[in-house]
Amino acid sequence: MDELRELYQQVILDHNKNPKNFGKIEPANRSAEGYNPLCGDRIDLYLQVEDDVIKDISFEGAGCAISKASTSVMTTVLKGKSTAEAERLFRKFQKLITSEPGAEPDLIEMGKLAIFCGVREFPLRVKCAGLAWHTMLAALKNENKPVSTE
Amino acid sequence: MDSPLLDQSPAQSVNRFDVERIREDFPILRQKVRGKPLVYLDSAATSQKPQVVIEALSHYYQAENANIHRAVYYLSEIATNAYEGTRKKIKEFINANSIKEIVFVRGTTEGINLVASSYGRKNVKESDEIVISAMEHHSNIVPWQMLCEETGAKLRVIPINDDGELIVEEFEKLLNKKTKLVAIVHTSNSLGTINPIKRLVDIAHDRNVPVLVDGAQALPHGKIDVKKLGCDFFVFSSHKVFGPTGVGVLYAKEALLEKMPPYQGGGDMIKSVTFEKTLYNDLPYRFEAGTPNIAGVIGLSKALDYVAGIGYDKIAAYEHELLNYATTVLSTIKPLRIIGTAKEKAAVISFVIEGIHPHDVGTILDRDGIAVRTGHHCTQPVMARFNVPATSRASFALYNTKAEADLLAKGIHNVINLMN
Repeated sequence: MDELRELYQQVILDHNKNPKNFGKIEPANRSAEGYNPLCGDRIDLYLQVEDDVIKDISFEGAGCAISKASTSVMTTVLKGKSTAEAERLFRKFQKLITSEPGAEPDLIEMGKLAIFCGVREFPLRVKCAGLAWHTMLAALKNENKPVSTE
Repeated sequence: MDSPLLDQSPAQSVNRFDVERIREDFPILRQKVRGKPLVYLDSAATSQKPQVVIEALSHYYQAENANIHRAVYYLSEIATNAYEGTRKKIKEFINANSIKEIVFVRGTTEGINLVASSYGRKNVKESDEIVISAMEHHSNIVPWQMLCEETGAKLRVIPINDDGELIVEEFEKLLNKKTKLVAIVHTSNSLGTINPIKRLVDIAHDRNVPVLVDGAQALPHGKIDVKKLGCDFFVFSSHKVFGPTGVGVLYAKEALLEKMPPYQGGGDMIKSVTFEKTLYNDLPYRFEAGTPNIAGVIGLSKALDYVAGIGYDKIAAYEHELLNYATTVLSTIKPLRIIGTAKEKAAVISFVIEGIHPHDVGTILDRDGIAVRTGHHCTQPVMARFNVPATSRASFALYNTKAEADLLAKGIHNVINLMN
């Protein structure tokens, strides 16, 4: 039960119910689709990137609480960040959600993203938390085909 | 070594349906998951196996393992008799005319692919039509789509109503001179709907259209009589009916099978081979290339004995009671909506909970030891029809109890509390 509480923290539930940066921004010069067909999780991610800085970012779509909250939190974290910083955070986030349960990630450095620490106790749900980030990376690289973490 | 069709299983000694006695036959159900007793509600995906099936597999490998057919030594004779004895048993079990009509395959999926590839390629031409329904499993959609792509034929789809029932009048309208085959599911894995197969077959046969029935979800829960149904092809999987994985059966009317070209080439499906010419074997061996899953077939034999020992009447009555009970219990949960409310229904309950994604439901229930399936259940068109991305599905079998339905309901209340 404690692990469930850690996974479904209040902040995650709040983002699930009232996601931030939800909707399509105009203009958006980068976009990508994330789709996990087995789950049915789907994200359309929109970014406005100027001089290698993410000026604006938003998403649409539907999915489980973990994928939706992860996308919502990601957009709040990345807005205003450089693309290089976004890629660095991608790697750190991946490490966080896939680290061994005993490992002690630097939660302070992770900031808002630390709330997803509980995901590592649920290996089957790592793909849900990671979908948004993989989609973001694809958008930055201007990849056309949908991204999947399944 | 093989037992007769109506082999007495331990469960037959009880007059009424004694589920606790049945549960003792399934060793896996005794275990705890995450400290909680396992509540296995995913039998539509695969059933658990009784001890007699597990022992049959072990016994075969310990005492009887040999390749079947053609050898003249003791072990091969034993293995061949067990394998061919199962074919005879299945012929009686589903009331086929001849063992020539019973082809062993890997499962329902391969059975359908065999028909699509062999019967389909021979009989379906450009602008012909194949009729399926809106509630088919992907395994009864994709092989036909592949055939259509190859031949230029068209796939036509019988619609379903809001309860998840087939609209029979629309089915009649879809049939025409171009229709070459109807491929239809007997019992839907995601909605639980039991289709009126005999009625559909009669309608199709009036227009000389043959019918394939996907019986994967039907055979574990009710008596199948292919003569009564009248269908031309009937396919099922061993693992859904308490047998091992990797084995299935294709029943096909002999007259149709006789005219079908081989599906795969190789050993066992031939009479003689030279580099100039190969003579194919007789039915049903012509459709069984290569060494089959001998142990799996023998395990299936024991599984069918097990089911026959309990009796389909008792199984169906008990599962109906379970379905009604679970439906009533779940219906009291306000934000829960059941998808699939057909009048004729198997013990499958697909549901969605307002504001909570099925994968969150599945993860939280799992922590209570409850195994339900979440996702699209290989029926994406059904999800689209009901405008949901996925559902949670509890599917019951003869070893489930009302107490487990209560635990499911309790677990769902817990999900709702946790997510709000």
